[in-house]
Amino acid sequence: MKLDTSGFETSMPMIGFGSSSDMLDELSSVPSFDLPRTKEFDGFQKEAKDMLKHAKGTTTLAFIFKGGVMVAADSRASMGGYISSQSVKKIIEINPYMLGTMAGGAADCQFWHRNLGIKCRLHELANKRRISVSGASKLLANMLYSYRGMGLSVGTMIAGWDETGPGLYYVDNEGGRLKGDRFSVGSGSPYAYGVLDSGYKYDMSVEEASELARRSIYHATFRDGASGGVASVYHVGPEGWTKLSGDDVGELHYHYYPVAPAIAEQVMEEATAE
Amino acid sequence: MTKQHANWSPYDNNGGTCVAIAGSDYCVIAADTRMSTGYSILSRDYSKIHKLADRAVLSSSGFQADVKALQKVLKSRHLIYQHQHNKQMSCPAMAQLLSNTLYFKRFFPYYAFNVLGGLDEEGKGCVFTYDAVGSYERVGYGAQGSGSTLIMPFLDNQLKSPSPLLLPKQDSNTPLSEAEAVDLVKTVFASATERDIYTGDKLEIMILKADGIKTELMDLRKD
Repeated sequence: MKLDTSGFETSMPMIGFGSSSDMLDELSSVPSFDLPRTKEFDGFQKEAKDMLKHAKGTTTLAFIFKGGVMVAADSRASMGGYISSQSVKKIIEINPYMLGTMAGGAADCQFWHRNLGIKCRLHELANKRRISVSGASKLLANMLYSYRGMGLSVGTMIAGWDETGPGLYYVDNEGGRLKGDRFSVGSGSPYAYGVLDSGYKYDMSVEEASELARRSIYHATFRDGASGGVASVYHVGPEGWTKLSGDDVGELHYHYYPVAPAIAEQVMEEATAE
Repeated sequence: MTKQHANWSPYDNNGGTCVAIAGSDYCVIAADTRMSTGYSILSRDYSKIHKLADRAVLSSSGFQADVKALQKVLKSRHLIYQHQHNKQMSCPAMAQLLSNTLYFKRFFPYYAFNVLGGLDEEGKGCVFTYDAVGSYERVGYGAQGSGSTLIMPFLDNQLKSPSPLLLPKQDSNTPLSEAEAVDLVKTVFASATERDIYTGDKLEIMILKADGIKTELMDLRKD
């Protein structure tokens, strides 16, 4: 296999007036990135990373069950101890039949999923049929593998429905690509796995599965400080994806742990006139 | 090969704070005009707001040399767009262009923290906030830069709107009138100036509406 190394070239197509005439040119082909002219690339990357502190800390999960694939995530982005956003869309809608989840660097995930969305659409136009989940995840994994060691941070799950039924793959920045029926990614994943593994079975209704997904995210946000905000749950079935719920986890807490009405020791009563 | 310094450091932080608030038919974009390096003030009258299109205004803090370079790239891309499409770019389109422009410098980032404000295709106010490498999000209000950690909790307290991720959907637009939003922006900057050394001197406010852009100036503390 010929390795695609065009990404390492230090030319920038963005302001190249002659070469790129179409807005989509640099996205449909392999984009090339501007690199710092330094011998100490790793040191520079480390320093730049400390200065910019990309958003991190997440809980995402996805699992295959009888009715398709269930995908859920929290919505918090933090920079160190500071919460930079409570409304991040960590479930990325690639096309009406495919979802991607976002863990790790927010920009890395957003950009490469947008890139994947374009590639999937081009595949559709060229082949007159939708790309398989396996194929889409492999496009992403190969792309990430070509940038291996350059400091990208991506932990994603590609979930969708294709001609073979439901599909679920885990893809990361190291180039890893795993097929499976149950994944959770991010700093809150150990907590989410705890709930998910104890409640998972293949034979579940859509209602049962969505409740399991929501509960897993809720418990992860409860124990993991870097996760929080809104628990979003998506379902992918034969007709494509639908968003099933989006709940503020602050309010979900009182749903899972209702406050018992306090019994007053003494009740003040209106004094009756004598 | 030219000789490289052992600790090559091309970045500086010039500070500054940017705020934007989106309303039903307007957008307010504001930034202070102080530019600093370390404890020194380099300028008391440096505008951080840049008009990219009729309906898209960019406000950026961070390293002003990178900001200037970024503005020039966006300006030239917008000129090409106008020649090709015979119209101005919409704010959401500019938002994605900015995201891609930032990401193409992923391995040598622009040290710029941006807030893009404007009006969308329906004429509603829109605000987009970014990190330095291009992850972006549409929000009802946003703050970036050195005073953002002081301002954001204050705006959350005053404007906290239902999250756009909630289902069933709730209206997440800022309920403020234009005058109230401008007043709020003035208040948050006066407060941030009290506690942030990189914010001060003067406040520049741009108010975008369908019929044009208005600019207001207000003095801030100069110490």
